[in-house]
Amino acid sequence: MNSEQIGTTATVPDRSVAALSLKGIRKQFGGVVAIERFDLEVQPGEIVALVGDNGAGKSTLVKMVSGVYQPTEGEILLNGRPASFRDASDARRQGVEVVYQDLALVDSQPVYMNMFLGRELTRGPLRLLDRRRMARETQELVDNLDVRIPSAKATIRELSGGQRQAIAICRATHWASSLVLMDEPTAALGVAETAKVEELIVRLRERGAGVLIVSHNLDQVFRISDRVAVLRRGKQVGVRSIAETNRNEIVAMITGAA
Amino acid sequence: MSEAGVATPAVGRLRWRTFNWREYVVYIGFVLVFLFFAIYLGENFLNWTNLSNIVIQTAPITVMAVGLVFVLSTGEIDLSIGSVVAVSALTGATVVRDTDSMILGAAAGLAVGAIVGLVNGFFVTIVRLPSFLVTLATMGAVAGVARQISNLQSVPVTNDSFVGLFGSGNVFGIPGLIIWSVVAIAIGYLVLKQTRYGAHVLAIGDNVGAARVSGIKVTRVKIMVMVGSAMCASLAGLLYAGRLHGARYTLGEADLMTVIAAVIVGGTSLFGGKGAIVGALMGSLLMGMLNNGLILANLSVSQQMIARGVIILIAVSLSLREKRS
Repeated sequence: MNSEQIGTTATVPDRSVAALSLKGIRKQFGGVVAIERFDLEVQPGEIVALVGDNGAGKSTLVKMVSGVYQPTEGEILLNGRPASFRDASDARRQGVEVVYQDLALVDSQPVYMNMFLGRELTRGPLRLLDRRRMARETQELVDNLDVRIPSAKATIRELSGGQRQAIAICRATHWASSLVLMDEPTAALGVAETAKVEELIVRLRERGAGVLIVSHNLDQVFRISDRVAVLRRGKQVGVRSIAETNRNEIVAMITGAA
Repeated sequence: MSEAGVATPAVGRLRWRTFNWREYVVYIGFVLVFLFFAIYLGENFLNWTNLSNIVIQTAPITVMAVGLVFVLSTGEIDLSIGSVVAVSALTGATVVRDTDSMILGAAAGLAVGAIVGLVNGFFVTIVRLPSFLVTLATMGAVAGVARQISNLQSVPVTNDSFVGLFGSGNVFGIPGLIIWSVVAIAIGYLVLKQTRYGAHVLAIGDNVGAARVSGIKVTRVKIMVMVGSAMCASLAGLLYAGRLHGARYTLGEADLMTVIAAVIVGGTSLFGGKGAIVGALMGSLLMGMLNNGLILANLSVSQQMIARGVIILIAVSLSLREKRS
């Protein structure tokens, strides 16, 4: 199932405007250069993996795209428009959603409240929570993405790790108007759950948001992504299309053996 | 599919053990204590006047409990509420005495609470101190202020509209203090369960990181919660002043433990993320009933204190048996 979908990379969406484009990004902390001249484009409906050894600068880059850090130099464009983020909520307002490794979910609340966390729907002059509508829309969304949970009204605590991460991904997908950023989304999951979550990520392609995924797991990168960008010591070593590369080349690029 | 079949009963068992038990312990306790006093004390306890007195006397506790549910739901604590009761009651009573205006008195009492709440909120969020320490300090300082402004004297309240509104008045035969309780509980329930603010309060107590990355204004919500709690305590102070026709620096000094016990027994988590408003009402009534029954049982003040402490300890340990993960 997975390999079939990855085989159909021919159905690439409109490439005229990149969902995310990074131009000459540079980040310096005091005298230390963390990222040097980084360029990358993520097209709508494309999954781009970001790989690199520990300390290569992946998380710095992720933090710049999610608004936690501001780049020292360079330009971030969302859907072709220059964007700058004051903080993470600002990035979120502009259409960048992040899926964290440690699940930013509220355990004792139902799924639908998590789906709308911070953007709850209200009704009436008293602006009371419109729980029914939130539950209905959440149910539609999870059904649409074929995520198996008991109900949109189930409490997060009742769900498995894989189901929780699936909820976090659904939420990000639902709200992202340009980019979903995933930071090691399956690092905390078992094998079967990882497969489920990967299926879900691959399905996101159809919804049109660009996906930038940070992963340590090269097998995963080859299973789900369209292209892979390699970082080493803060520098971009190269970007390869998955169809035209192999593990050995990527490993060589990561370690600098090439 | 097969894994789901295994997982479901495990989840069911977990819920039965932790969730339901905690939820209903206050009702079970309420019924048990009620039956015990009804059998042991008979007519003395079990008559309308006494029972409605319990509800009336518990009103300030109930109002404070509503405020504290919000504080605990965010994972914070407010130890200053007892002192705020005294200082607000004294401020309100003094202003009423000097101006003979019920509105000015009430506003002054509530304003004092708002100020204490802002101070608490400022130190908890901006200075980032644990609320336990902040409110322990303000508890002491505010108690000192109450002694200072009153010179350890009580301030009588003779203004009829003040006494009517906050104390002995009634609407269609229903005592005003019962109405205050009901209104406080209703508003608390609505705000906690049915507004975005309430959802944010619970989210912060559950997972503050998730709340923050979801764009919830954590600092603002926490300050509002501290202000709300202190203002509930102010209202409780006004209710005392109205019912007792005066204020004294000793008002509310024994209430902190009672309110915390009422809220915890009611099912609100000490660790945030879970708030039970109706449970807090039941908890308050349970505490009021205990108070009343122990007095009717002719226990001396010291014996009452011991009995109350032991019972609270038992009740809280039953209701706090929750996961420590």
